[in-house]
Amino acid sequence: MTIFTCILLAFLVVCAVAASLSKNLLNTILIFMSYSLIMSIIWILLESPDLAITEAAVGAGVTTVLFLVTLKKIHAVIKEDNREENEEGNGGDK
Amino acid sequence: MSRKVPQEKYEKTFSYKFKRWLEGYKDPFLDTLEMKSQKAFHEDEEITRLHDEDKEQHLRQLYDIEHNAEVRIFAGIYKVFSVLFCIFLVMMLLIAVSALPPFGEAGNPVNNEVSERYIENGLQETGAVNIVTGMILDYRAFDTLGESHVLFIATCTVLILLRADTKRDQEYGEANDRSHEPKNDVILQTAARILVPPIFIFGIYVILAGHLGPGGGFSGGAVIGAGLILYLNAFGFAKTEKFFTAKTYRRMSFGALACYSIAKSYSFYTGANHIESIIPLGNPGAILSSGLILLLNICVGIVVAGTMYTFYVMFRKGGY
Repeated sequence: MTIFTCILLAFLVVCAVAASLSKNLLNTILIFMSYSLIMSIIWILLESPDLAITEAAVGAGVTTVLFLVTLKKIHAVIKEDNREENEEGNGGDK
Repeated sequence: MSRKVPQEKYEKTFSYKFKRWLEGYKDPFLDTLEMKSQKAFHEDEEITRLHDEDKEQHLRQLYDIEHNAEVRIFAGIYKVFSVLFCIFLVMMLLIAVSALPPFGEAGNPVNNEVSERYIENGLQETGAVNIVTGMILDYRAFDTLGESHVLFIATCTVLILLRADTKRDQEYGEANDRSHEPKNDVILQTAARILVPPIFIFGIYVILAGHLGPGGGFSGGAVIGAGLILYLNAFGFAKTEKFFTAKTYRRMSFGALACYSIAKSYSFYTGANHIESIIPLGNPGAILSSGLILLLNICVGIVVAGTMYTFYVMFRKGGY
């Protein structure tokens, strides 16, 4: 069990560093989501399932969705390559 | 003895203006602010050219790292100081953590008479098998009421910031929002049809069994809110607005917060006056036990679920 905890904690640190270093905002959000998911497993290992449920629902679920919606609102999800064909496909919609 | 001031002079004084303003004769902003309609913008080529030249020159001189010694030195210092600052912050945190008492030791300041009381008498006094729930919804119920109000205030703030005021803005937001994704995604709809009922049932279970096992109002409400968001994503606003509109949310959160406040004021009243509460604590372990905790859990769950869903709708569309 100790090895498992150590792996999870190492993954947590890796996630935290990767989220701050990633250039792509979408990747950052996905890394952040996996961070929350691992955190909820760690809460279970620390014997607090209350917090685990909350972390999984709020941290990994709702917060991620809100971040994604915000990214969509500021038009940060579309890649540069796809932009032209997207605009062609929905011409006049904007 | 009063001194007669000529009318013209009197009209210039502050007290005259204040009196006029107080009596409503004079609008302080009328005739004092000059409002002009905006002129149509037209580009002057000469100015644009000069501006561009200026900008290019700036870029050449400021960001020419190879030739501009100042910029080079500044960039170097910036990097060094950022690394130093990071190290300083990490060291401070590590020192603070190392000064904390070791985890799980008997002599820690955490193990005082308060937690002892919670652990020893919690079951008899609150009737909740889950000591955590007994703590947050009985001993410290006032804090939890504050938390529920914080959520409510957060929703109000999001409403102020993101609400689209007119119907036209809302429709525009919805049309614009849907422009980059398929309207009826079969995979998403099938997955939602399978997943949403278990999510709702799990959320309701977590709320109702908050005093028996891990869970409680906040986690269960968050699970239900996430389920609502999934349902909305799969089937669109037309389906969800049949059962959940702004009016529903208003009534739900008002009812839940009022119910919480009334229930808790009753127990504070009886507790402060040393009157025996008429609400039975029940059999520990049964679903209908532990006094008011079940009701409070349901209230908190309703507020949290509505808040999560409203956040999402506000971010998506700006009103419903």
